[in-house]
Amino acid sequence: MTGKGASVVIVGGGVTGLSSAWWLARAGCDVLVLDKGIVGWEASGRNGGGASHYHSPLYAEEQRLWPLMDDLLGYPTEYRRERVIVAMSPAQLASYHKMAANFNALGYAADHIDSRQALDLAPLVSPQNLGGIHVKFGGHANPQRTVQAYAWAIQDLGGKIIQNCAVTGFQTQGGKVTAVDTAQGTFGCDAVVVAAGPQSSMLLEKLGISLPLAAARAEMIVTEPAPLMAIGGVDGNGLYGRQTLRGNLAYGGGPHEWLDVSATGPAARPTTPLMRNLAKRVAELLPSAAHLRVIRSWAGIVENTPDGRPVIERFNSPSNLTAATMSGVGFGLSPASGHAIADLVLEGQCSFTDLSKLALGRFADLPSDWREQRGWVAISSAGS
Amino acid sequence: MPPNFDGIDRAAINGKLPRPERTVQVLIIGAGPAGTAAAISEAKSGAEVLLVDENPVSASLMGLDTPLYFGGRMTTAVQRQERMLEQIFASNPALEEALDLGVEVALATYAWGAFVNGPGLAAMPQPVVGLANEERAWLVGFDKLILATGARDIPLAFPGWDQPGVMGAGGFAALVERYDAFAGRRIVVLGSGELGLKTVSLARAKGLEVVAIVEALPQAQAMVGSDLADIPLLTGQVIHSAYSGLNGVERISVGPVGGPTRELSCDTVVMSIGMAPAVELLNAAGGVLVLDSQRGGHVPLLTSQGATTLPNVFVIGDSAGLGTPQDSQSYQMAWMRALLGVGDEQVIVCQCEEVTRADLLGVQPPNYLQRPEKLAGRDVHTLLADGPINQDQIKRLTRACMGACQARRCREQVALTLACATQSAPIPLAGFRAPVRPLPLKVLADWDEAAAMTAGWDVWFGIPSQWVPYVDIGTEREAAQMVTFSEDPA
Ligand SMILES: Cc1cc2nc3c(=O)[nH]c(=O)nc-3n(C[C@H](O)[C@H](O)[C@H](O)COP(=O)(O)OP(=O)(O)OC[C@H]3O[C@@H](n4cnc5c(N)ncnc54)[C@H](O)[C@@H]3O)c2cc1C
Repeated sequence: MTGKGASVVIVGGGVTGLSSAWWLARAGCDVLVLDKGIVGWEASGRNGGGASHYHSPLYAEEQRLWPLMDDLLGYPTEYRRERVIVAMSPAQLASYHKMAANFNALGYAADHIDSRQALDLAPLVSPQNLGGIHVKFGGHANPQRTVQAYAWAIQDLGGKIIQNCAVTGFQTQGGKVTAVDTAQGTFGCDAVVVAAGPQSSMLLEKLGISLPLAAARAEMIVTEPAPLMAIGGVDGNGLYGRQTLRGNLAYGGGPHEWLDVSATGPAARPTTPLMRNLAKRVAELLPSAAHLRVIRSWAGIVENTPDGRPVIERFNSPSNLTAATMSGVGFGLSPASGHAIADLVLEGQCSFTDLSKLALGRFADLPSDWREQRGWVAISSAGS
Repeated sequence: MPPNFDGIDRAAINGKLPRPERTVQVLIIGAGPAGTAAAISEAKSGAEVLLVDENPVSASLMGLDTPLYFGGRMTTAVQRQERMLEQIFASNPALEEALDLGVEVALATYAWGAFVNGPGLAAMPQPVVGLANEERAWLVGFDKLILATGARDIPLAFPGWDQPGVMGAGGFAALVERYDAFAGRRIVVLGSGELGLKTVSLARAKGLEVVAIVEALPQAQAMVGSDLADIPLLTGQVIHSAYSGLNGVERISVGPVGGPTRELSCDTVVMSIGMAPAVELLNAAGGVLVLDSQRGGHVPLLTSQGATTLPNVFVIGDSAGLGTPQDSQSYQMAWMRALLGVGDEQVIVCQCEEVTRADLLGVQPPNYLQRPEKLAGRDVHTLLADGPINQDQIKRLTRACMGACQARRCREQVALTLACATQSAPIPLAGFRAPVRPLPLKVLADWDEAAAMTAGWDVWFGIPSQWVPYVDIGTEREAAQMVTFSEDPA
């Protein structure tokens, strides 16, 4: 280690980078998190807070950890267990039942519920609902509280966080990253983690690694508080979302806009009249709340790999580089993704699950026009 | 195994956002003096003009102190829309002229958003403004948009400020002049600048009693004419508390900070310390603001022709900047500092979310959350050590400014309080986001959704391979798991 750096420098203070730093600090490692802005300012502080991504190899660990997080971090995350997913159309019901079958096949209990049971669990839902599923695991937390909890917990363990400090490049020697460059100087390191969300590909490119990512904007709305439902994690009708402990209904879903990413991050994160389509679906799903006022909308930028699955990998060259993109769904998984990344940094492999199918190598034969093939390209200003 | 891609992402926003119901040549938001005059002049030059104003706003929004700080001092007259409409025409004779010139006037109509393509957004088929009444919302396109949305109140907290009868100069002027529906009789005016004196003369013209003018600074901030000589001018003093009965404020105590107080009997306290240009629509649409203390705070960045940084969007009147002779920011700061010297740490700063001064400066979570021991070691100073104070970050932690009034009652004073506590003025503006009026879900909703939106709706990105359970990846089960959660529109 040289200069004013740390044993491990983490590029990106979203939930992925913060959780990694926290796990490393817990292991006694000297860590430094660098973020171009404020911790959790991008997707990590703008998401739905959902923590039910059963398809992931990190899921079991995530489920083990969430109920412990408030105590482990020492700060509240507002984590709440369980979800109710309510259908308003037969097609929705069929797809939710299919999800339940998947959950149960993996050993996570999810019951079918009828219309009446849905109303009991979530009294704001429409009496016209067609039933749905009650997911007995999973849950949701407050993203904004969670990012700050990670950050504070890192500091409590002696880790350092420098905000408003964008990483612009790397110094390498002997097949290793020896330092990261920023406008505020160079920070030496023994190992580096890149968890810079949409900016990760540009950063890794500087190290000769091609990480295919496409970024898009996703929008959410929130209402004034409603009476608290027994289970706050109520979605369905094409929406994801949660009721906060204050009672606000925060929901997202629907179309995304593909964007071109810049190295300095988004110049703006605008919302659109899509908020009206979200409002419609929330009012249909929860008609007893339809009189509640929408008080804000917001948008966040999420990056996706070509198959929509994460990349979490410790590289061979540079050999002390670990990088992660959670590809769209990284908030709920963050307690586990950080654990996995810390393992990779310290031991070279994940101690609790297999991650081999998430290695970057799967995109080796990706055609260069993969974004165009999928239609994952920014709308050209000429066409608008 | 690779799916067949056809170059189209059916779940993307492309082509899904609807065109507006109609497009007008000139759309003007705000039918105050500036907006009405602009409507008249545009109409005279032959343009098709739609002039929109939210007044009369619904009684329930007034109860949320939206758009002005009405402080619960309206009479029941505000519930009779007919009368209020008449009153609006009576108080603004130029509206008749506008109508005669063919201007279409839409009253009781909220402008809740403006949407134009710009950084991070290219999906809008054309620039639009979102409008709504009490029943429904709709979009209107424009060739030219003129924002004449006036100014907002800047309330500052003191013990008892959350009681009915404490209001802002803008709310007072609206109730007295525009609505003729002010429920008070005896007022105390806080602030002796131009705004304070305007409040005083309005009150006098209405035959209201002005009990006193209170000024935190040692001298009056504007020339107090001899006609006001009979009104006690209490300089170097602040309000210490407002005491309320069944109908709100009954009396207040005033005096120097840390000094003896005396009581004044009154039913209303009109805070006339400052107003802020109403820039919500512009800011939410991506228009650039600058901080200009001589123009009243955060104001639109304008060319000499009044053009904003958004194409074909102009701002005029008070929303373009207030011609305050004073350095508005230092004056507000001086008042804030003085008021922080009265009352204890339990004074509520954010009424909607019941955030106290102590919670704000301690960056503590709301009461329904546990406050573990470690939180005691965190406050605004430890955050400051991490980087410049950011009001939106503190909002996330404390919930100050997160409530249903959309921070109308606390945005500026939270910034001032943070600035006082950390000696780091000015705190950057906390951003505005649509809807800039709090509208019910069922009103905002697009009940007439475009078919393309319905057909391409997915709960997330609609990437078939994303949700394949890990165990199934690379097995023969994978293909069957390649589904999106899209609804079948049929
Ligand atoms: C509207 C919306 C809803 C969502 N809902 C959910 C949900 O319900 N559940 C769920 O699990 N996920 C959800 N997500 C996805 C989730 O938010 C993200 O997957 C997750 O936050 C990714 O975290 P991250 O730390 O990997 O990336 P980010 O949050 O993007 O963090 C990356 C960080 O890197 C920093 N950075 C970038 N470049 C540099 C640089 N050069 N130098 C220094 N720092 C840099 C950025 O400032 C940023 O803070 C949602 C996302 C959005 C937008």
